Amino acid sequence: MNDDSHSSSDSSSNSSLTRQQARQIAANGLWSNNPALVQLLGLCPLLAVSGTIVNGLGLGLATLAVMLGANGCASMIRGHIRPEIRLPAFVMIIAALVTCTELAMAAMAYELYQVLGIFLPLIVTNCAILARVEAFASRQPLAPSLLDALMNGLGFTLVLIVIGALREALGQGTLFDGMELLLGSGAADWVIQLPGERHMLFMALPPGAFLITGLLIAGKNAIDDHIARRRPASQPPSEQRRVRVTGTIH
Amino acid sequence: MSYLHQTAPIASSARVMRSVSLACLPGIAAQTWYFGAGVITNVLTGILCCCLVEALMLAARSRPLRPTLADGSAMLTGILLGAALPAGTSVWLILIGAVAAIAVAKHLYGGLGHNIFNPAMVGYAMLLVSFPVPMSLWPDATGFGAGDVQNLWQGWLGQLDASTLDAVSGATPLDALRQPAGASVIGDANLSSPWAIISLAWLAGGLVLLAQRLIDWRLPLAMLSTMAVLAALLNQVSGTGSVAFHLFNGATIMGAFFIITDPVSAPGHRRARWVFGAAIGVLVMLIRGYGGYPDAIAFAVLLMNLSAPLLDQLCSGTHRSATDAPRGNS
Repeated sequence: MNDDSHSSSDSSSNSSLTRQQARQIAANGLWSNNPALVQLLGLCPLLAVSGTIVNGLGLGLATLAVMLGANGCASMIRGHIRPEIRLPAFVMIIAALVTCTELAMAAMAYELYQVLGIFLPLIVTNCAILARVEAFASRQPLAPSLLDALMNGLGFTLVLIVIGALREALGQGTLFDGMELLLGSGAADWVIQLPGERHMLFMALPPGAFLITGLLIAGKNAIDDHIARRRPASQPPSEQRRVRVTGTIH
Repeated sequence: MSYLHQTAPIASSARVMRSVSLACLPGIAAQTWYFGAGVITNVLTGILCCCLVEALMLAARSRPLRPTLADGSAMLTGILLGAALPAGTSVWLILIGAVAAIAVAKHLYGGLGHNIFNPAMVGYAMLLVSFPVPMSLWPDATGFGAGDVQNLWQGWLGQLDASTLDAVSGATPLDALRQPAGASVIGDANLSSPWAIISLAWLAGGLVLLAQRLIDWRLPLAMLSTMAVLAALLNQVSGTGSVAFHLFNGATIMGAFFIITDPVSAPGHRRARWVFGAAIGVLVMLIRGYGGYPDAIAFAVLLMNLSAPLLDQLCSGTHRSATDAPRGNS
């Protein structure tokens, strides 16, 4: 995937990060180019493990860690690999980092590791990571790459947590259930029992994840439309729409 | 839905909706006779909720309210949803079903004429998956006036506790089929059991629609004949119930005449309609015989709704559409 908005600002000689650049990177990763809501990357883990907040948070943090490492490594070696072999090299880096993350999680949060199951090793196939490495880190110095990874990882994690919270509340009637799996036994009593006896099992199942993700994307687009209408003159919306993104990227 | 057609003109669809709604009356009356006033509250609540959600969605989409509300499609969805639910379902469940049917299945796909899925069946399937326990609590078929007003009111508000519900509810024959002891129920499949009478009442309404040429006879014929053949075969193989048992139990007749004949979500071509109806019959028999849910009409219809555009496309090379087919019922 080709991210045009950053290629122009490639400045390997000038490694310092201006405030303007940093703000732009943060806005892109968290909102206007959010990996989950706009690029629709990593949908498989997003839909499959977002049943509760703790699952979403666990997978989001693991993805964030891999993203940080992959963007950092790719940025550091970007001058030393030939373009022909860059994708295999990036995938090797990501695979190694995923293995490290998986082993670390098995050691530190074994129950959560078992709950997340196959979706931890599958982080290696999460296109959101490869997209950031290929589109951003392979052309940018270390500091912006790390910031970009942090912001994109946070954007992905936040969406996972929001979907997890909605699905947990509607499908299971709780919030923060099982946080001790990730945060230790001190978090065992964080669980909030919402009122009501019957819950919508539908929301705990994969179709509910599709429905909620679709509604979140619609909500984001509605907010964007609202903002665009309030200040129409400052930024004329670009007509160009990329394939497989939701909404328009300015 | 068939992409080859334009949407139905509003004036004629309003007439069709009215006729189909009227044709539901015998079935609803028979259901009320056996299951009590809960059926009537279901249908009225269904109409109310569906029209309310329809109005809200139209307002949210900045569309004019009057013409779309007046065409009666939301009302028909409400009637079908209410009639499909167990008698005395609480208003909250019906409201959730109406949101799934009208907001999600109809308006998010573009409104009447653009919905891929049958709205009433989406609402029903969503409720069945979400709330399996209340959705399987049919009251005993003891006749009209079985539940007193107090119970009816509390049940409508969803305040009856589970033990009370268990006390008034009985297993439907299709539920009994799931149990090992269900063989006796399958044996006495006669045409005077409550479910058979209800099915005959729906059949009467369906035949009126056929006589008015408002529905395509191919769809029910394909579905019912496939079910009959398969029921006879499967009964020999694994004893899943006789032909009459399957044709006159559950929502078979109602589904064949009122659900799968929805012209928006059914294919438009004649040959595609034969395949569509037959495939629904196959799916219903397979899910009833070997699946996890007692009745299967909703799931079978939704699965085949998905395939309707493909069926239309496969048949369009050789065959123009059935242009005489009526359109616009929901």
